[in-house]
Amino acid sequence: MPEGFAWVWGRAWGCRERCAAAHLSLAASRFAAWARPVSERWARTRPGIRGPPRCDPRPRLPLPRGAPPPFGSLSERGPNLCTVTSPASTDSVPPQLSAGPRPAPGPAADEGLARRLRALACTAPLHDLDARKANLAGEYSVYGMAEIALAAIDLVTLNMDFDTGADHEQIVARLVPRIAAQAPQRPAAEHERVARWVLENLINVGSVDRGFRAVYGTFAPDGTYVRRDYDFKLIEEVPGYGGGVYLRTTDEAVNVLVGALDTDVTSAQIAAEVKLEVLISRGRLADAQLAAEQARYRTVQYSETLRKALDATRRNVRAVDWLHAVPDMIAEALDHVADRYRHENAILTNIRKARDESEEPEHKRRAAELVDIVKDCIRRHTQLQSRLLEAGPLFRAEQDRQAFATPAAESGIDLYGHLVAPVLPMPLEQAVRVTDAFFARGTGFRTRASVRVGDLVDLLLTPPVEREHLGAEMPEPDLIATPDDSRFSEEQLAAATELLDLPADAPRRLSGLLAEARRQDPELPYLVALLAVHAASPPVGTAYRQGEEKLLFAVDDGTELDDAEFGGADLIVGTALLDAVGMAADRS
Amino acid sequence: MTEHVEWSEPEAVAAPASAAVTPADAADAARLVAFGLQPKLQPARDQEYGELLRRYREDPPFARLADAVATGLGLVVLEVSPRAGMAVTAAEDSVFAVRMSDYARRTSSDAGDRFLHGLAHLAVAALAFPRPEDLADDGYIGRVSVNGVDSFVRQACRRLEERAEEQGENTDPATDAPGLEAAWRIWARRSATGATKDARRLAGSTTGIVGKAVAFLTDSGFLQRTGDDNGGTYRTTARYQLQVRDMAGSAALAELLELGVVPVTDGTATLLPAEDTDDLELVADAGLPFHS
Repeated sequence: MPEGFAWVWGRAWGCRERCAAAHLSLAASRFAAWARPVSERWARTRPGIRGPPRCDPRPRLPLPRGAPPPFGSLSERGPNLCTVTSPASTDSVPPQLSAGPRPAPGPAADEGLARRLRALACTAPLHDLDARKANLAGEYSVYGMAEIALAAIDLVTLNMDFDTGADHEQIVARLVPRIAAQAPQRPAAEHERVARWVLENLINVGSVDRGFRAVYGTFAPDGTYVRRDYDFKLIEEVPGYGGGVYLRTTDEAVNVLVGALDTDVTSAQIAAEVKLEVLISRGRLADAQLAAEQARYRTVQYSETLRKALDATRRNVRAVDWLHAVPDMIAEALDHVADRYRHENAILTNIRKARDESEEPEHKRRAAELVDIVKDCIRRHTQLQSRLLEAGPLFRAEQDRQAFATPAAESGIDLYGHLVAPVLPMPLEQAVRVTDAFFARGTGFRTRASVRVGDLVDLLLTPPVEREHLGAEMPEPDLIATPDDSRFSEEQLAAATELLDLPADAPRRLSGLLAEARRQDPELPYLVALLAVHAASPPVGTAYRQGEEKLLFAVDDGTELDDAEFGGADLIVGTALLDAVGMAADRS
Repeated sequence: MTEHVEWSEPEAVAAPASAAVTPADAADAARLVAFGLQPKLQPARDQEYGELLRRYREDPPFARLADAVATGLGLVVLEVSPRAGMAVTAAEDSVFAVRMSDYARRTSSDAGDRFLHGLAHLAVAALAFPRPEDLADDGYIGRVSVNGVDSFVRQACRRLEERAEEQGENTDPATDAPGLEAAWRIWARRSATGATKDARRLAGSTTGIVGKAVAFLTDSGFLQRTGDDNGGTYRTTARYQLQVRDMAGSAALAELLELGVVPVTDGTATLLPAEDTDDLELVADAGLPFHS
């Protein structure tokens, strides 16, 4: 984590502060252009420097408007960038700015600027904490709030599990030691209060969206200046099992934490690994630890991607590209896990050696820490791997459940296709008319209670009912007999089994089987196709254990299936003879 | 239903012997409508309700009388059957109608909140009846969960976000025109849940909004709670299917058409695999479960 996170400016966040959206954009544009080198210099020389008071509209680093800024490769554009996002440019445009020597930058140049502004905005809530700690009742200036905030983001990221996020209380508990170290003489209750305050501010509990908003300006394609809202979250609360609320860091937060992580996950991971190995072999453990930690963040990000894909699959198979994207990702991830596992074990051996042989206590300590980190990496990889292995069966189960349902002939309104999908991209003021119409007709009716004064008096004078010790009587559940919704009848199954009872020496194409099935019964091809697809992954283990003599199997030789109702591979379906006697001997 | 009322008079003249309406008949008809106004009451669990339903189906003059009573009260009769009971709903300006401002207070001042509450109801229906044939099939029972609905909408939002990114669009709305913000962003930026002091669901979060919607629908007799998993799981009732199919869906669609948006789908089964591979790829790339 960067040690001195020093540049700080006025507060411009959330709905709580009126004063300052414009202020941010002004400050932000200047910083985007040239503040980084300065702030880095400050960070090195004067850690803990404080920003201007909250509503001071002037940027911290005064620079004569129009004069070439002194530092940075971007200084060429400096003056223009300032005017692009300066609030002054729309309210009262100084002539030399709008009609300057250079025309306004086009949308393409602007896009890069917008991206940087957004990236910059993500760090602002952290600076803001330090700026606002003075407003807290009590003397809190001893605490480095930005540092605590980064540590909190760090902790949440590392404690995020595959399924749920990090536990709120646990994060507070783990933050406290760091806070206590900042001000050991203060009471423990205060430390906890600081931890909660930081965490709540990172979630931004006070706002309705529980997020942050930054305002920045861009030029639209037609050259007009548009001020836009950028909404983002750093830590978000997600529902967990059993109705609990867990914390997850957002991609924005991970970007703040690890730097520009907006790259291909795998390639970044490989780069980090190579670096790590080199660093360890050269004995530079401090750097190696940093690299290992970064590798771990990327691993977390990887599993996050997979989790989202699986969640989406569970809801709707067709929402996820299972033809190319996901299988590719799974194959890639499995390779990657295997690879990582090898690497990490090698690294682990290396570090253990470094730990045991090192004479220097500092080296020993770092090596020991590194061992812990790498162990954690291995644990996460194993977790990722088990999820990856479950992904295929999950897809097939969901495919069965969702795609092999009865095709019904009737049709009515397609609520998603006709309503939800068109409404979501609409502008709010139009979309709200559609949802209002749905709401007005879709909520049913309410019989309003009308109150008579006489009843009211009675009601108010009635003594409260004594609560029964065992609580209210349980209402009898309404049971509805569900119809037998088997897709296929017993006869159909028998017919399909008979059709698939192929001689061992004469496998057949699926297309032929489907055609034959169709002649018997128009529904039968569905069952045959289903059985054939299942045979593509035959239950060999079960057959082995039960001593079966033959097993239906299906193989894809790359031939496309040419059929009116089905698509995919024209499988070769056949029966394999198993050596039942040999297997029995094997088992015993 | 008004034509029924007009009809009854000439018939009454034509066959005075069988169709003379007695006060007792009127009381029974009103009683049936009163049963219909208790949406959670199952016809199978009340003998009198069941008998009145049977009489409605077998005795046309009585049926017209009951319809007339309902119409006079400002109700629309959707269906009268043993499964749904006397399924009535409020006409637009009826005293029974639900107004958004009564439903959630913030909605009168905040268009974003208003949209979120409306979309929550739409999304619950869309997930309860994912395919057109589910909405058409009288025997279909949909199942939804609070977290499931939220994830479903979020996923659709994420697809739109990804698509906008691919096309290099800047979807951040202009500051001075919040009404022009793309609707999906409103949902996407609202937090999914949040810790509260009393461990209840945060009302302003999207799961809170969906939770409110399903609780309200349960009170309307449209959903039945079946469990606590995933933020609460629910099962649809016949009344909900009727309400969505005959009232809400068409009303929203009409509004959409008025806005000049004509959603085109192939009409039959949007969830089934498309016939040709080109189309399949398009759907996969768009990432949406339906043709968009």
